[in-house]
Amino acid sequence: MSSVSQIVQKVRSKNAGPFWLTIDIFCGTPAAYAQIVEGLSTARIAALFKTTPDQIKRFDIADLNVIKFSLPRPTIQGSRTDRDMHGAGWAPLVAELDIN
Amino acid sequence: MTRVLIPSGALGLGYDKVALERAVTAKPDLIAIDGGSTDSGPSYLGRGVSKYARESTKAEWQGLIEARIAADCPLVIGTAGTCGTDSTVDWLYEITLEILSDLGATAKIARLYSEQDPRKIARSSLTPLSAAPDIDTATIESCTHIVALAGAEQINAALETGADIIIAGRTTDTAIIAALPLANGNHAGGAWHGAKIGECGALCATNPQSGVILVDFDDTGFTVTPMADGAFATPHTVSAHMLYENSDPFILYEPGGYLDVTGAKYTAIDERSVRVDGSKWVPSDAYSVKLEGARITGYQTILMAILRDAHYVENAQSWCDDILLKHGLKVADRIGLDPATWHAELRIIGQDANLGYLETRTSNATELGVLAILTAPDQATANTLGKLMNPYLLHHPLTQAEEQPTFAFPFSPAEIDRGAAYEFVLHHVMELADPMDAFRLEVTDV
Repeated sequence: MSSVSQIVQKVRSKNAGPFWLTIDIFCGTPAAYAQIVEGLSTARIAALFKTTPDQIKRFDIADLNVIKFSLPRPTIQGSRTDRDMHGAGWAPLVAELDIN
Repeated sequence: MTRVLIPSGALGLGYDKVALERAVTAKPDLIAIDGGSTDSGPSYLGRGVSKYARESTKAEWQGLIEARIAADCPLVIGTAGTCGTDSTVDWLYEITLEILSDLGATAKIARLYSEQDPRKIARSSLTPLSAAPDIDTATIESCTHIVALAGAEQINAALETGADIIIAGRTTDTAIIAALPLANGNHAGGAWHGAKIGECGALCATNPQSGVILVDFDDTGFTVTPMADGAFATPHTVSAHMLYENSDPFILYEPGGYLDVTGAKYTAIDERSVRVDGSKWVPSDAYSVKLEGARITGYQTILMAILRDAHYVENAQSWCDDILLKHGLKVADRIGLDPATWHAELRIIGQDANLGYLETRTSNATELGVLAILTAPDQATANTLGKLMNPYLLHHPLTQAEEQPTFAFPFSPAEIDRGAAYEFVLHHVMELADPMDAFRLEVTDV
């Protein structure tokens, strides 16, 4: 079993405006891409963010060896409960997931 | 063909001067640069101020004004001064006047204002976008600033005045780049797609810090070329840029329609440039612009303490929970404040301060920072809440049995007044009968 970060090149999370978060998994190779597409379900990402799968937009982009997830931001950017203005700190959550 | 020079992703980030000179000799038809975004948070829009130092802005803007004179083409900035309020447009206008005076140069300057009257917006019909917060009339009216995002139409109205320099308030990142190719009749899908690829400067290439790129727009698509030494655009770097800060990498909504890049083909022309064709622009029936608004959510005072004693590091969460409980009782006793009007929070840095309830790992830290955040309806009350918190952070024991501990405070006074805290409140669009209905143009010869 390996973590996402051991398989892929890079995981990036960023604001997509103040109300959305987007996570890009740059797999680097078709093999790594196939492993993540196969091994990382949308339901698992939803559970990680304590939300439901219908809230997650998923894009499997084979041309780029990229899997992209977008979801409503767990907290609205800059609101009193927000902890991460630029949204980059959510990436490690995904990077540390174990993939079979 | 329309050639647009983009010096960097934002004014204030810096650009490669040699690459800029090289790009100017390639005779661009327009120099376009973005001045901001919401990415740094609601405070800038809430206050109507720029994130970047005036000195950086002036130095970089002067370089672009000189480039404009050398290239003999218009220079346009969108979302001037980070947030694109009227105050930041005027701020950059003042800087522009200083620069022109220093250079002994003249220019026709168009200012495009995007700011909206909150009372008028509160009475307008708004459509929420996905994941928009709930709003009511009072929420909208309480905004300190509301801006509408101008599209290509408003930028073209400014260009049509014959202005040499256009200082625009809030615009979409892409509009300042797409406007001229659209006015010139270039391919609409290519105009918007090339603008999206170019809006962060050389971020669509290798050596992204170099900033400067050229985008050539024509009848079928566009070609992007980074200008710095060591900067190369490849089909991969260019197409991957559609992922950046975008919730959907194929569809991009703009005033008046949307861009669909599902069918786009990216081809390497040489080792430096990429050609893109096959992007599609889908016009909408109605013309809508997106709104952004910010309002004060309270005033804050913060404190920081550091726990190094292993016993306290291990029990930091219960220590914090107990402090919050006792602080709450103290607030009720000393100032009798309605609990609904204020808020206290302790974030444990080294444990879960970044991710909060989503954290999946357990900490094994040597020391922990405890960040106290007090929020109240005014600064004086927030400061009082901080002063009531101070003795706990300094001396609170985990049990009555132990000797009184003392923790590390990095500052005196420990209470730091943060001023107003702002929040974004609008994620809505507003329909306009005419694109200029929500915008104003002012043209001056300087």
